[in-house]
Order: sequence, then structure tokens, then C-alpha cells
Amino acid sequence: MTALIIADLWGELVAVLSTLFFALPYIAGYIGIILLTLLIWTGIKKVLRPASDYTSLKTVTFGDESTVVSNSVASVVSVVLIFVLWASFTGSSLLPGFLHAPGPFVGTGTFTYTVTTPDGRSDDAEVTVLVYPRDDEAPAPEVPPGDGFAKNDSIAIAEYRSDLLRVDQNDEIGRDEEAVVTHIDGKEIAPGETVRVDFGTVALSGRGTPNIRPSAGLQMEPIWLPSPEAVWSRLTEIATTGYRNSTLVEHLGYSLFRVIVGFTLGAMVGIPLGYAMGLSDWFRGWFDPIVEFMRPVPPLALIPLVIIWAGIGEVGKIILLFLAALWIMAIGARSGVSGVKISKVHAAYSLGASKWQVLRHVIIPNSLPEIFTAARVAMGVCWGTVVAAELVAAEKGAGMMIMVASKFQSTDIVIMGIILIGIIGFGIDMLMRAAERFLVPWKGRG
Amino acid sequence: MSDLVIDDVSMRFDLPDGGSVQALKNVSLTLKQGEIMSVLGPSGCGKTTLLNILAGFLAPTEGKVVLGDKRVKGPGAERGMVFQQGALFEWMSVRENVGFGPAMKGMPKGEKREIVDHLLGVVGLAQFKEKAVYELSGGMQQRVALARCLANEPEVILMDEPLGALDALTREKMQGLVLKLWKETGKTVILITHSVEEALLLGERLLVMAPRPGRIHREYRLPFADAGVGQDLREVKKMPEFGQRREEILSMIWEMEEEIMGGAAQ
Repeated sequence: MTALIIADLWGELVAVLSTLFFALPYIAGYIGIILLTLLIWTGIKKVLRPASDYTSLKTVTFGDESTVVSNSVASVVSVVLIFVLWASFTGSSLLPGFLHAPGPFVGTGTFTYTVTTPDGRSDDAEVTVLVYPRDDEAPAPEVPPGDGFAKNDSIAIAEYRSDLLRVDQNDEIGRDEEAVVTHIDGKEIAPGETVRVDFGTVALSGRGTPNIRPSAGLQMEPIWLPSPEAVWSRLTEIATTGYRNSTLVEHLGYSLFRVIVGFTLGAMVGIPLGYAMGLSDWFRGWFDPIVEFMRPVPPLALIPLVIIWAGIGEVGKIILLFLAALWIMAIGARSGVSGVKISKVHAAYSLGASKWQVLRHVIIPNSLPEIFTAARVAMGVCWGTVVAAELVAAEKGAGMMIMVASKFQSTDIVIMGIILIGIIGFGIDMLMRAAERFLVPWKGRG
Repeated sequence: MSDLVIDDVSMRFDLPDGGSVQALKNVSLTLKQGEIMSVLGPSGCGKTTLLNILAGFLAPTEGKVVLGDKRVKGPGAERGMVFQQGALFEWMSVRENVGFGPAMKGMPKGEKREIVDHLLGVVGLAQFKEKAVYELSGGMQQRVALARCLANEPEVILMDEPLGALDALTREKMQGLVLKLWKETGKTVILITHSVEEALLLGERLLVMAPRPGRIHREYRLPFADAGVGQDLREVKKMPEFGQRREEILSMIWEMEEEIMGGAAQ
């Protein structure tokens, strides 16, 4: 039994590693681009600004941590490159055509096939293939039959698709008389083999039917990856008309509302709990097992239980986020209290402060930096948890939006949702940092 | 008269392994109001324990401490303490730090402001009163700590190596300041230090303590503190008697340290 499991896991591991192996050239290419831009930028900088600032005058910079600050040029190039790659591989109209990756073949292509009968006669005929854009269906073009016993054929195929064509259907001697296709464009072919033609490939099926596969190029189909402008237009559309009976603002607003209420409740209970644990051995003993057990339980693991108990409405979501924030805030407040230097507490007492005054003027302000750090972590966890909870079950919300969209293969909505969720999460963190700088400027200065 | 009386104080700590450490044994001492005393001794001689008992952070296992007519039972505003460093409240400005004691007593704002302004002038930080304490240098921070202690009008000032973390030059300036404040305010001062020179300079009385168990080894009465008030301390250090005393005390402490090290090696 165990051996079976290990064998299974080994198979999975091999699959993962081989996938990684095939990604290696792409990773290497990406690193190549990074190094190339670094080289270019170093060259530009030398021309633009001869070395004179403090950092560039240092003779030792490798290993000197203080010389490593985020290079904003690199950040800009990196973000722009992501969009350029995205646009290039989706054939976006935002990019000039020469930057596009090769697209799928669209238009008319031809190839000839050669049929040979059992008694050794053979004849050529031409196949006209019309590849039309997916939204613009077209009938197969009319073609003259031509001479000989093999007659010309035509077929219409949507871009990115392939089709089998019974070329012998209109021929005078067909498959039933054991005539077989032996050449495509003059190149020999047998069932199971493939031959390149001008606009793609033609393979011969096991029963001798040509399978026409126009070139798909390197671009992604919109169903896998829509172009940036498609995502943008979907964004404006949903922002004005809404999705699933709710406007975009409503979806995002509901998610934010849940996070803010859940986090606030969690902080309101967690911070006093942490203080009690930091100041009283009885409370510490009482809650230590509970907190230490609940902390490593991922909030996502509680989703099924919360749904069973409280349903999929707001109450359930807010209970979940409350629990996600509670333990983080309690532990932050506890370590904030235990982190107070005893000399500060002693100083306050010998300056005549009462217990209450020591708590109010020394312990609480001293713990604020730790509490802010915990709040930042808790907000991040809450944001992640609310999206996950909405993926499972919700009537409104950012997570619900992308989950429903994925069921309809609306990849543009999924990508739009992911970008919005990322932007909001980033914005929350930035706000928390700004509040921290403003409210606890003494952080790390004690 | 609020004399500080240490009456046969002993302190024993129980260890988790069942044993115990005698940190102080039968320490008796009387400090008259307005006296300044420095305390020296090798590490583990119970200096800091003694100071913590005087401040009221620790209760002695035997004996008692009496200030004036009141027995010491816990920390109190009449016994101010200046710590080594890092005991300022970094969430408060310089002014709020110095005004902490008066604020805890609920002193009216105007009165508090007057005291704070006066004391910041005395320690030479008048133009820094709105700064955050973490913006000040180490020496300035200790001036704030001194002013904060004085703002509460304590009868006794307990100093636990207050100048230990300062550079030599700042330290010398601060020693002068301590002497000046002692003479001007007439407070009783007890100062723990590791520096023999500092102990000689700032101790009208000098206590050398010995370890295992912590006890008073020897006591000196010295003229240097009085001579140093308002004087260049470097001149005091040049006095022949100063050099003599320094050598004597240094070799005494050296011997004690050797004994400890020898004991530890066996």
C-alpha cells in the first residue's frame, strides 16, 4: 500500500520536474532579457551621468548592502515588458504589428494531393482551404472540379481549428475502390504521417483521410489569454453595466466591507486578549493552548465548517475573517507587551506612575509598533481569505465574480478580477504602511 | 532630615534547580541627606541588586530600608532612578519625557511647563525640547534622563551606570554635570559605576563591594567630589592623592576578580 503511494508520488514528481524542464528555455530567455537590459542601462548611464554620486564612487559595491536599492528604471522596464509580452502573444492592437508573435494563419491556402489506384494509375487534384477568423464564419469557396479522375476540393476552417477532409468524396475513383492518397504537395505520405504545406500541416489519418491543420502561430487564443484591450473593455463594460446583477463597485465593495468589518472585530477582541495574555500568567496559561492551536490552522480550512454553521451569507464570511484576524492580532499584542524593556516600566514606576498609568503611558504605546505589524499581516491574510471564501460560495464579491466567470470560460473577466484583487491588496498594504509611519514614527528607534 | 538607612539587608534568590544564591549579606549603611556615594565592585557583587532594593523593585529577604521615617515597600517618586540607557519613552518628545513625573501626579499644565523649561535649561537642552528622543545623541539622552528624574523632586537619586555607554569626552562632561546638579539641588545620590576614576570623582563616599556573598568590602571618604564642583575634572585627576587611591582600589578589585576567575576554573 505504502509502496504504491510512494510510486504514485514519484510519478507525480517526475511529471512536475519534466514540466519545469520544458520551461527552462523560456526562463533562460527571460533572464537573458534581464541581463541584456542591465547591460544597455549601464551603457546609457555611463553616457548620461558620469560617476560622481556617493554610491557610484564606492570602489566596493558587491556585498555592500547599502548600495542595493530598488532601481526604478528596472521596475518600469519589468512592468512594461510584462504588458508587451502579453500584448505581443495576444496580437493586441496596442502594439505595432511587427512586435506581434506570429499569429494563426488566416486566408486562403492550397495544396495538391495525389491519389493512386490499385492498378497503378494516379492523378493530382488541388484542395483550397479557406481559414476564416472565428467570429466571421464563411462557406467553403466554390472551385472548378478540374480534370482527371481526382477532382478539386475546398473546405472552410475556423482559425486555430483543424478539420478532416474526405478528398475522395467527389473523385471518380475513391476510397471504396481502394484508391489511396500517396502524396501531398508532391511529398510522399502514409497513414499516420504528417507533411508541411504552405499554411500549416496536413496529416493522414489511419484510414487515409487528410487532416488539415492550418498553422496556429504562437499567439494565445482569447479563450486562454485575452488581449489587454479586451480585458480593459470588459472592465469598462462591467463597471457600467455590472456582472451577475451587481455592479463592479458593489462586488469589490462587498469584499472590502467584509474585510474591514471582520478585521475590526478581530482587532477589537484580539488586542485586549493579547494584552491580557501579556500581563497575566493566568490568562496566558488559559489562552496559550487555544491560540497556539488555532494559529497554524489556515483560515481557509475553516470555510466548510463556517458554511455549515452560518451559511454563505455575510455572517459566515465575517466570522471567518474575524477568526483570521483574531489570532494574528492577539499574538501581535502579546509580543508587543512582552517586548517592553523592564527599565522603561521601572522608570515609570519610580517616577510615581500607578499600574494603570504604566499600562496607559508605557505598555500600550510601546506595543503599538508590534500591533501595526500584526495589523498589516492580518489585513493581508483577511483579503486573501475573503477572496477564497467568495470562490467557494457567495452572491457578491470579487472572488465570486472570477469564479462564476471561469465557469463560463470568460477569461477576460477572470484576468480583470485578478488584477483588481491585486491592486486592492497592494493598496491596503500601502495604506497600512502610511498609517504606520504617521502613527508610530518611533518604530525601531527605541 | 531624610537620611537613607539600609539596615542589615540580605537578599537570597532561589534557583530553579533547588539551590540559592546569596546576592547580598548583612549590608548596613546610613546615607545622610545630601551625600553623594559611588559604588564599585566586580561583577556579581550585588551592586545592582542593592540599587533595585533601594528603588523598591525588589524586596529584601531580610532587613529593611528606611528613608526618613518611611520604610521602603515599593517604587516611589521620592526615590528617582536614572538608568544606563534606553529607559526614555521614545513615543514622547523631550518635553513630555521630562514632564512625565509631574504629569503622573496630575500637576497643572502651567506649573509643569515651568519645571520642564527650567530643567531643560539646567541640562543645556532648551532648544531641543520639541524633538523626539531618538533624534538625540546618547549624551543628550542621558541629560534628558537626568532632567526627567529631577523634575519629580526626588529626595534620593539612584543611578545605575548612567554614563556607562557614553564616549570618553561626553562622559567627562556629564560627570561635571552630575556634580553640579548634586551640589545645586542638595539631593542624596547613589551612583553605581564600573569605572574607578568615575567612582573617585563622583563619590564623596565610595563603597567597594565584594562578591559571594555580596557585601561591603571597604568604604572610603574622599575629598575629590567637593574639589571637583565647578572645577576642571582633569585637574582633580592630576592630584597625587587621586592617583594613589586609583591604584589602591584598582588592585583591590583586580584581586577580587582573580579570585573569582580562579574559583570558576576549579
